[in-house]
Amino acid sequence: MPATQQFPFAAFVVEVAFLGDHTVFALGDGSLRWVEGNVAKKAEIHSGAILSAAPTRDGKAMVTGGDDGKVVLVDASSAVKRIALVEKKWIDHVATGPDGAVAFAAGRQVFIRLGDGREKVLDLERAVGGLAFAPKGTRLAVASYDAVTLWWAGTDAEPVRLAWKGAHLGVAFSPDNRFVVSAMQENALHGWRLEDGKDMRMSGYPAKTRSLAWTPKGRFLATSGANSAVLWPFQSKNGPMGKQPTLVGGRADMLATRVAAHPREEKVAIGYQDGMVILADIGERKEVALRKAGGGPISALAFDKTGKRLAYGTEDGTGAIVTL
Amino acid sequence: MPETQIPVTVLTGYLGAGKTTLLNRILSENHGKRYAVVVNEFGEIGIDNDLIVESDEEIYEMNNGCVCCTVRGDLIRVVEGLMKRPGGFDGILVETTGLANPAPVAQTFFMDDDVKARAKLDAVITVADAKHLLQRLEDAPEAEEQIGFADVILLNKTDLVTPAELAEVESRIRSINSHAIVYRTERCAIPLDRVLDRGAFDLDRILSLDPDFLDSDSHEHDHHDHEHHDHDHDDHDHGHDHHHHHHDNAVSSVSLRGGALDPELIFPWISRITQEFGPDILRLKGILALKDDPERYVVQGVHMIIEGDHQRAWRDGETRDSRLVFIGRKLDETMLKTGFEACLA
Repeated sequence: MPATQQFPFAAFVVEVAFLGDHTVFALGDGSLRWVEGNVAKKAEIHSGAILSAAPTRDGKAMVTGGDDGKVVLVDASSAVKRIALVEKKWIDHVATGPDGAVAFAAGRQVFIRLGDGREKVLDLERAVGGLAFAPKGTRLAVASYDAVTLWWAGTDAEPVRLAWKGAHLGVAFSPDNRFVVSAMQENALHGWRLEDGKDMRMSGYPAKTRSLAWTPKGRFLATSGANSAVLWPFQSKNGPMGKQPTLVGGRADMLATRVAAHPREEKVAIGYQDGMVILADIGERKEVALRKAGGGPISALAFDKTGKRLAYGTEDGTGAIVTL
Repeated sequence: MPETQIPVTVLTGYLGAGKTTLLNRILSENHGKRYAVVVNEFGEIGIDNDLIVESDEEIYEMNNGCVCCTVRGDLIRVVEGLMKRPGGFDGILVETTGLANPAPVAQTFFMDDDVKARAKLDAVITVADAKHLLQRLEDAPEAEEQIGFADVILLNKTDLVTPAELAEVESRIRSINSHAIVYRTERCAIPLDRVLDRGAFDLDRILSLDPDFLDSDSHEHDHHDHEHHDHDHDDHDHGHDHHHHHHDNAVSSVSLRGGALDPELIFPWISRITQEFGPDILRLKGILALKDDPERYVVQGVHMIIEGDHQRAWRDGETRDSRLVFIGRKLDETMLKTGFEACLA
């Protein structure tokens, strides 16, 4: 096993990210832990649980949303900036975009704060299941019931509605901006090709997909929710239409709960329900175990920018950094 | 996966029945337990508590072709969020709106695997207004479903009716749901252990606490005047006729009882009945004695969703009886009885 630094946080690890010299864990006890060297510094941020967290695009800060209704931006110097407070609501989702843009959702409302201070509120008919900014431009995808809607955050233009019946619980743009993919309540993904709105159905999962990751250049979309990582090929013009997914890291009766894509190589890290973590080479089909099974499910997983380090966290409160 | 599932109590009842009174009682009483409470709006909750979550009812229809397979999307999200908090909870209370059909709430705890792994339905508590229930049952199908779904019914505001009126309301409740536990209350005054952590939805527990729970008490049905089926439908006097309307589509209970069952027959039969009549079946509960099986088998269901498992070994000297209860609309007692009896070993 590669060198691993382990931290007993004793709280649900909601998200993890590498920010500069720090590895940051966002926890269910409302705190962030900034790890530098061997020291994990605690920053108490929310009075309740952190429900959602995302690193900013410049990699310098973390945005967190809590069940105390607060949305907060924290940078490496531990300077805390409150972005918003939505009284008596849970902040279910946060997303970060270009030039400091932040979006967050509370129930049926989406709030957008652009880097230049402009603000916008979107009122949806149904609760928001997920948010994602496009790789370029301030375009926001909002997953909701029966549709994903695409909004230009800087204008008042009408949204583009990508309709598909059912509850959409997560959403992602492909890195080339050509596809939008949603994860659904009924154990399937749905995709749209943006140029013509063509539908794609990716099904066969035994559980809900909660984690999506694009491999370099968007060749594969790696997904959780099956007893392996399921990789849908997106390199061709038609995306995965009519193609079979590649399965890596298959395990009998054990669901993959988190996936993360190596930033440079065709490799994915996979975290499982039983706490196991592996690194799988997609082309060579080679797998290396990074953590043995044991403890709670893997709930957060992320590579650093170079792919030399991998961090993970578990539902039962273990955080770890692996040097690959 | 967590080894213990957090018990969930669903609180239903028509507008004005007294749900908020009960909720305030639960929140303000010193019981030393931690409950997370999901409400529609903070409005009337008099207590400030960071474990109260306001949530808009979000009904998800499942894309599986089954019309009654609906779940509460907001509950899935709330349960998931609550699990991130440290320290855990003793229970979760879900208050539904007065007009809500309780089925999607109950089904959420059967149909969503993530929720199922973490939480389980403990009991459906329905608060009924003794003064207005009979009228509500006439004009609101939701009110009838709320009674039909209940494991525990608080027949509240008993101080506002005469003993005769109270007896009539209770009798009507029994005709809909002969298996719920009914408590008469004023201002929802009730020891909380009667409504919380009851395990009432969970057959495993209710059957061990109260072995007679599923016993037939069909005599309670007497109040129902079945003769009204023969009413002259050309009768133009609809004004007076109106209150008999529920007979066409009324919620009622059917209790079946027999000895050992043939597993090759009973499971396909239950499956066929729930497939065919699922939309009309609100609840199904049963304990089955299977031929040559040393263990008791328990089943429960909501509409088309059926769950079953072995519960425990039959005890020495225990009568190996099978009991099955259906609560629903338009139940054909003769057909169910004949079908059930054909499955006896």
